[in-house]
Amino acid sequence: MSRIPLPYNPKVMDLFRNPKNLGKMEDATVVAVAGNPACGDMITFYLKINDSTQVIERAQFESYGCAANIATSSIVTEMVNGLTLEDAWKNITWQKVTEEIGGLPSVKFHCGVLAVGALKRAIRLYFEQKKIPVPAWLPADHTFEEKQALEEEELAKTLSKRMKPEAEKKQ
Amino acid sequence: MVENVKELLKLHEGITHEVYLDNENSSIVPQEVVDAMLPYWNKKAYANPALTHKPGWEAFETIMGCFGKISRYLGAKNLEEITFTPGETEANNLAIQAGCFAQKGKGKKIVISEIEPINVLQVAELMGKFGFTTQKIPVNSEGFINLEKLKEAVDKDTVLVSMAAVNNEVGTIQPIKEAVDIAKTQNPSVLFHTDASDAYGRIPLNVKQLGVDMATVSSFKIQGPRGMGALYVKEGVNIERILEGPIGTQKLWPGVENTPLIVGFTKASELAFTNFDANVAKMRTLRDKLVDGIFAELTDLRFNGPKGDKRSPDNANISILRAEGEALTIELSLKGVYVSSGSACSRRLLQPSHVLIAIGRIFEEAHGSILMKVTRTHTEDDINYVLSVLPSAVNRIRGIVGSTGVH
Repeated sequence: MSRIPLPYNPKVMDLFRNPKNLGKMEDATVVAVAGNPACGDMITFYLKINDSTQVIERAQFESYGCAANIATSSIVTEMVNGLTLEDAWKNITWQKVTEEIGGLPSVKFHCGVLAVGALKRAIRLYFEQKKIPVPAWLPADHTFEEKQALEEEELAKTLSKRMKPEAEKKQ
Repeated sequence: MVENVKELLKLHEGITHEVYLDNENSSIVPQEVVDAMLPYWNKKAYANPALTHKPGWEAFETIMGCFGKISRYLGAKNLEEITFTPGETEANNLAIQAGCFAQKGKGKKIVISEIEPINVLQVAELMGKFGFTTQKIPVNSEGFINLEKLKEAVDKDTVLVSMAAVNNEVGTIQPIKEAVDIAKTQNPSVLFHTDASDAYGRIPLNVKQLGVDMATVSSFKIQGPRGMGALYVKEGVNIERILEGPIGTQKLWPGVENTPLIVGFTKASELAFTNFDANVAKMRTLRDKLVDGIFAELTDLRFNGPKGDKRSPDNANISILRAEGEALTIELSLKGVYVSSGSACSRRLLQPSHVLIAIGRIFEEAHGSILMKVTRTHTEDDINYVLSVLPSAVNRIRGIVGSTGVH
């Protein structure tokens, strides 16, 4: 086994050590999950949304993954706090997240992508679950981050399918 | 990036106890090994051993003594059978590449196991460019190679078999003698190589009794200096070098012999083999204390690989469910405990450990695995310290995971 001494920056390390807005939100308006443990990263995003203003009043997360995964999830919860769903949708991209966190090793870019994928999924879910008309700013097509999350989940399915017979044989 | 590393290192200030358990990837060189090497940089034997002057002859005499000692520790017939290389990777490259090329006209098939070290897997893959194909033998849930499948795989077209004597990740002690007998019965002209880097200094090892044609050993895997290893090549096995350059004392590896590192490797071997039984017993006691202590404190763990006499005495590999390995290695590092992980995130390959997957672990179990290797120089205090910080490290990471992925 080999390892890269991933040179995480102080901001990533700080959020890894002291994640903000961590934990399950019991009164969440919407909950979205992205990723899969088989791929080594999975995020649960909780949003408390004000139904009349569509403002995100609180965001919380839980995550299974590396230090970059934990730190990017944490920073997204801070970035969306107080934003309207529209502003959150338009302004939070994986590039912004990477910038806000002070940069990531390139092999860890997907962590920010997955965190934003979870957020966008949560926003989409909100309109689905509330059965309110989808606003014009919300495109029918998946964004890059949502597609990446889907791709990772598909990969996980393939991986577990391929491994299952072998794993069962060896139990 | 370097600035980041400086900050990362600052986070470790104030650590009171450090325990290095990542002996899979490098090791702490004991002071007596460093002391043994020191004179050879500038006091004596600092010359090229192939040259005709005093420091050259001193180097020649020194290196010959080292060849002799290493050949005895390996149970080789004579010192001509040992070639020092710059490490395990180089020795495995020499064995597999040169072994295949030496078999010209006899066939095109290489047989290895699914759980060989990555450098063996990658050299076998490289040989594809020269028209060789590789068949991988499966292993069972403890990592033991399937000897029936080996028998089926070795045919008239097979030129080389390579199987590690002890698996580097899960510590499985392979039945190499039986594997050699099977391979040679199927095809007497097959060359059998074993990477014995994780066996050397940990289990009784005798290349003559095993009947292997080639065996790799690594210096840092027994707390010698990095950048040194050796390949045993049985007398009568005619392989040729894979690198060209001026030849000194060894025809299979060109260039100037690195006397201080050879001395360090030999000294480390001497320390491992003097009081061999006591060293092994100590490693086993410390390893068992470590594993038992972790299992006593935490639930939802998987012990990877065999137990008891079937396992190398130094190796502990545990999958910690609901925790990701890279996060764990960092969390433990901040407490002064240094381990590695089979998680995709902590590997250069971005794939989880192929060994854990081959023994039937699911991906999540591989991502949450940590690998620890104890040495004869660890103390009970070291293990107590690890046990005092590891459970809280795991619990903090599990706390971040919360209900994610739990269905």
